[in-house]
Amino acid sequence: MTSMMGPSLCANDGGPLACRQARGKRLPMWLLLMALVCSWLPASILAQAVLPVPVLSARVIDQTGTLDAAQLAALSERLAALEKDRGAQVVVLMVPTTAPEDIASYANRVANSWKIGRRDVGDGVLLIVAKDDRQLRIEVAKTLEGAIPDLAAKRIIDGAITPGLRQGDFAGALSAGVEQIAALIAGEALPAPAQPDRGPSGRGLGQWSDLLVFAVFALPIAAAILRQVMGRKLGTLATGAGAGLLAYFVSTSLIIAVIAGVIGLGYALFSAFAGPMMGGGGGRGGLRGPGGWSSGGSRGGWGGSGGGGGFSSGGGGNFGGGGASGRW
Amino acid sequence: MKRWFIVLVSTFALSGCGYNDFQRLDEQAKAAWSEVLNQYQRRADLVPNIVATVKGEAAFEQETLTRVIEARAKATSIQVTPETLNDPAAFQKFQAAQGELGSALSRLMVTVEQYPNLKANQGFSDLRVQLEGTENRITVARNRYIDAIQAYNVLARSFPSNLTAMVFSYEPKPAFTVANETQISSPPTVDFNKK
Repeated sequence: MTSMMGPSLCANDGGPLACRQARGKRLPMWLLLMALVCSWLPASILAQAVLPVPVLSARVIDQTGTLDAAQLAALSERLAALEKDRGAQVVVLMVPTTAPEDIASYANRVANSWKIGRRDVGDGVLLIVAKDDRQLRIEVAKTLEGAIPDLAAKRIIDGAITPGLRQGDFAGALSAGVEQIAALIAGEALPAPAQPDRGPSGRGLGQWSDLLVFAVFALPIAAAILRQVMGRKLGTLATGAGAGLLAYFVSTSLIIAVIAGVIGLGYALFSAFAGPMMGGGGGRGGLRGPGGWSSGGSRGGWGGSGGGGGFSSGGGGNFGGGGASGRW
Repeated sequence: MKRWFIVLVSTFALSGCGYNDFQRLDEQAKAAWSEVLNQYQRRADLVPNIVATVKGEAAFEQETLTRVIEARAKATSIQVTPETLNDPAAFQKFQAAQGELGSALSRLMVTVEQYPNLKANQGFSDLRVQLEGTENRITVARNRYIDAIQAYNVLARSFPSNLTAMVFSYEPKPAFTVANETQISSPPTVDFNKK
């Protein structure tokens, strides 16, 4: 936004200092270019007012209010069983309409922003029904394009789903379709699903120990080197700033970064001005930084999936446009 | 001590000028481009099957069929390499040929509607589904290519990385454009009185 204001200010009054400098040949060209580049992105997003991607809140999302609670529960139970059994994530989405996009591009956009499918496998399928458009689509992630080729998706749509939809039996049609999708996925040799208990805690421990190692070994070494190179005061400051920056990159949270920076600074101060014994004490104090990060940053993150009640995407699905559409 | 300081500062300055970003985004754009080619090839491979099935229908409109065959021959005769990306003229030529094949195919699919036998043919409707899926994949691949080169071009043109681009003479990469923009923006005329 600020770069957009640059040239326009110049055009209006030409008084400010920036504009006087801009009379040197190159600068207005730069400003114009930068303004173009910076304003291009938001403008292109605003230009096409497409439907927003719904929040991935459950395995079955019905925005049309067609399915009742029991049908929703039965369908999502079936999908949960499939994920537990084979690991693949299938999501059913019902929307009133996909206008102004066609169903293929809407389905692809939604699927790619949800990225359903396990993180390292990417096995996801999105079954999307646009009720008022009387159109539906099975969007298949690249991993599953072998299990569910376009033709198979088309046959599921024509053979299992549309006959039911024509009669207005949405729940029956969808569960028949899901059943066939599940049968095709079962025929594919996918990696076995991970044990739900071990996954999150193992990952959490990994992050924990990485940070512990970093804090115990890297911080003192970095502090010592920086003190050597820059002198006591500068080196101490640089250690603090470096710890803060690193924490910011890792956690992308300003508060945590500031805390880590202060801890790093405190550690460097201790080891610089007190004896080595005190340095050890300061180092142990520094350990609290990553501890705070772990419980604050990541445990909140997996609360959703670990709780079992909610559903969250594995985040690995890559949708390249495979699948088939149909209408009824 | 001072020397160390200079080394540190210059390292930061070099990594700040975006050289590595250029390499990364260039590779990304090339990969996205390969995917586009891959999907175009998939469509070109489908065409002989479609043509063979349609030929089985006696008295099928010859002109439409010939146009598809010719457009395919033209599209597959163009040699494309990753270097095509850095040559806007070759890029335009390739895109024009593929666009021609696309419009010839869609015309064929419209014409087919007048032949009930073909429409009822299971083999043909299978080919139709495959063609539709391929067209979807082409769209997705093209979108990803556009995203990839957008990131590259923004880096190549924005300050301060444009200085790096100047030094190593990195040009902005060409994007897909719509050839017949005026045709698309004007609504199609529908004539119900046609025989």
